[in-house]
Amino acid sequence: MTRWFRFARLKRQKFFGSFFQKRTAFLALLLFCSAPAYAVSDPSEMLPDAAQEARAEAVGSQLRCLVCQNESIEDSNAGLARDLRAIVREQVKAGRSNQQIMDWMVARYGSFVRLKPPFSASTFLLWATPFLALVIGGVAAFLGGRRSPAAPLPLTDAERDRLAELSRTA
Amino acid sequence: MSATGAYAAAVLRRRLLMLAPLGVAVAGGAAFWTMLNRMQVGKFDPHDIGNPMLGKPIPDFDLPGVGSLAGFSSADLRAAAARQPVVLNFFASYCIPCAEEAEMLDALKQQGVQIWGIAWEDDPAKTADFLSRYGNPFTRVASDRRGTTFINFGLYGVPESFVIGSTGHIAWHLAGPISPEIAEKGLLPALRRASS
Repeated sequence: MTRWFRFARLKRQKFFGSFFQKRTAFLALLLFCSAPAYAVSDPSEMLPDAAQEARAEAVGSQLRCLVCQNESIEDSNAGLARDLRAIVREQVKAGRSNQQIMDWMVARYGSFVRLKPPFSASTFLLWATPFLALVIGGVAAFLGGRRSPAAPLPLTDAERDRLAELSRTA
Repeated sequence: MSATGAYAAAVLRRRLLMLAPLGVAVAGGAAFWTMLNRMQVGKFDPHDIGNPMLGKPIPDFDLPGVGSLAGFSSADLRAAAARQPVVLNFFASYCIPCAEEAEMLDALKQQGVQIWGIAWEDDPAKTADFLSRYGNPFTRVASDRRGTTFINFGLYGVPESFVIGSTGHIAWHLAGPISPEIAEKGLLPALRRASS
């Protein structure tokens, strides 16, 4: 049950993330959640301050678990993810900004630790592919549309005779 | 161009277009085969995420020892590396590749390589048991029970090994057990470079 809620909430968080402030989205979602959804494996890991815990979860959901590689540290049950969750919460409690926590992680694990990779020379194709595809497709469609279709083959003698015969009957 | 010629050209173009999916499949297959081949000979590891700590000074730490043995701090490690490059090996008693790696570490020790060990999130009693069972190749052993030093080194599993050069910088890094081939082609040359 808790697992499902966690999954559904993350899905919605990702969806709403682009429209609202993360915090607003989280508070709005709290209205729809009848049962508490714990992202941490043990509720005692959670910060007592709800706003701080929300911020820790927002940061943690952007950090890759290096063991499972396709899960965030908030979702993973790996020991390392648990340790990293604890570090995120320690730093949130110490008043460090989201950016500072992110930088701390990147200094140790590289950009790979970020689930949303930054735009750089090595990630250029990753971000630009949709636009490149649109441009290439657009050019191809434009050129294809300009070319006139090939003229049909001229009628053979037999076909011409048959046509003449049909015209006569009419 | 005559009408017949244009028509024949259109037909040919369509036939060639029908071959395009086949071409894409062939190119994809060749790329995939190359990738698998490179994985097999050890030139490509899809799980390798690199370590941004490479080339940087070792992070500060001060860790307790295992059993009656004294632990060590980053200052101890830097002082030792200044005399002779150190292989720093992270391991754990519950880690099967670490047990398999023990023989290799022992062989390196026989060759005069200085190896220091840090046990990651391990009960010191179990670490001591592991060392008595598989042999202790380490000059010094420390216990990182909370895993803080492990994270400061940018690690995500055990075993992982580093070469610490004379200036206290990380000169070489490997995620995974040291194989005879890796020792020959990676570790020993890195040690030679670090000591010169």
